[in-house]
Amino acid sequence: MNTVLSRANTIFAFTLSVMAALTFCCFLTTAMNDHLSPIKIDVNKIIVKNVQDFSTTRDKNDLGFITFDLQADLQHLFNWNMKQLFLYLTAEYTTPNNKLNQVVLWDKIIRRGENARLDYRSLHSKYYFFDDGKGLRGNQNVTLTLSWNVIPNAGTLPRISGVGAKTFQFPEEYTPGNARI
Amino acid sequence: MKRSSDQIQLRKLYSRILNLLLPMTSAVMTWKGLMLMTNCRIPIIVLVSGGMADLNRGDLFFTSNFSDDPIHVGETMVFQVEGRGIPIIHRVIKLHKKVNGELKLLTKGDENPVDDRGLYPPGQEWLRRENIIGKVQGIFCCCAWETPY
Repeated sequence: MNTVLSRANTIFAFTLSVMAALTFCCFLTTAMNDHLSPIKIDVNKIIVKNVQDFSTTRDKNDLGFITFDLQADLQHLFNWNMKQLFLYLTAEYTTPNNKLNQVVLWDKIIRRGENARLDYRSLHSKYYFFDDGKGLRGNQNVTLTLSWNVIPNAGTLPRISGVGAKTFQFPEEYTPGNARI
Repeated sequence: MKRSSDQIQLRKLYSRILNLLLPMTSAVMTWKGLMLMTNCRIPIIVLVSGGMADLNRGDLFFTSNFSDDPIHVGETMVFQVEGRGIPIIHRVIKLHKKVNGELKLLTKGDENPVDDRGLYPPGQEWLRRENIIGKVQGIFCCCAWETPY
């Protein structure tokens, strides 16, 4: 320990070890949080069409259009170890073709410090609600859930579903033409 | 006297070689051990470019790849497609699973305006289970020495 280089090396190694330990403690302080919160979803207009899915094969698949209301207060979920919440609205359903289908219709990023009180009315989905097939028409059990992925500074990335899912049915008939909602 | 001095020199040489090999082999053992523990080809991965919000260059991700851990929409996955050498870390936004377990996935980076179909090789519309390297379980931020602002 009598050269600048060996002293610098020791200090550097020690700093790294201490920082790693501190980061682990940072993770531990928020590891026990359950991140749960109640939410409220309502669905307004629901129509289904059968159109060519331009992003995949040339087949015609079912395309759902819905508008929905969303209320949630997620302010209490934020803490010092949380960088952001990635919110996403999922539609989950079963079709004869596929046992399980999950499609994200809408998402939002809320960074720490931003307003986390949501109150949306008649929101359109951000992404196209295409099915992999023709399983949406007349589907009796489509469940909408709002979930969030907690992105911490250090630690695990849990996915939590909001308490309060909403189930709706698609109509038995396709809506023809260019009808929009 | 000369011979014993040679022996001492030889021992010093062996000792030096072993001291060099020890940390190297320990590192390899730890890495392989992690690979076994997580069942994942790349148990720890460093982000080299953006695409996911607030996950910057230099963040470390811990991944796992257990076959009895089902994939859900909203989870961040590490995947690799043919033709691209670097694995990509993006979120699953669409999932269709058949009765026999066959999976079709679509991914998208949080910050990107469009989904990843353009990244998949021509002719491949969906990601399959074999494209997935692992699921991101944890993050350890800020390990880079230079992070872009």
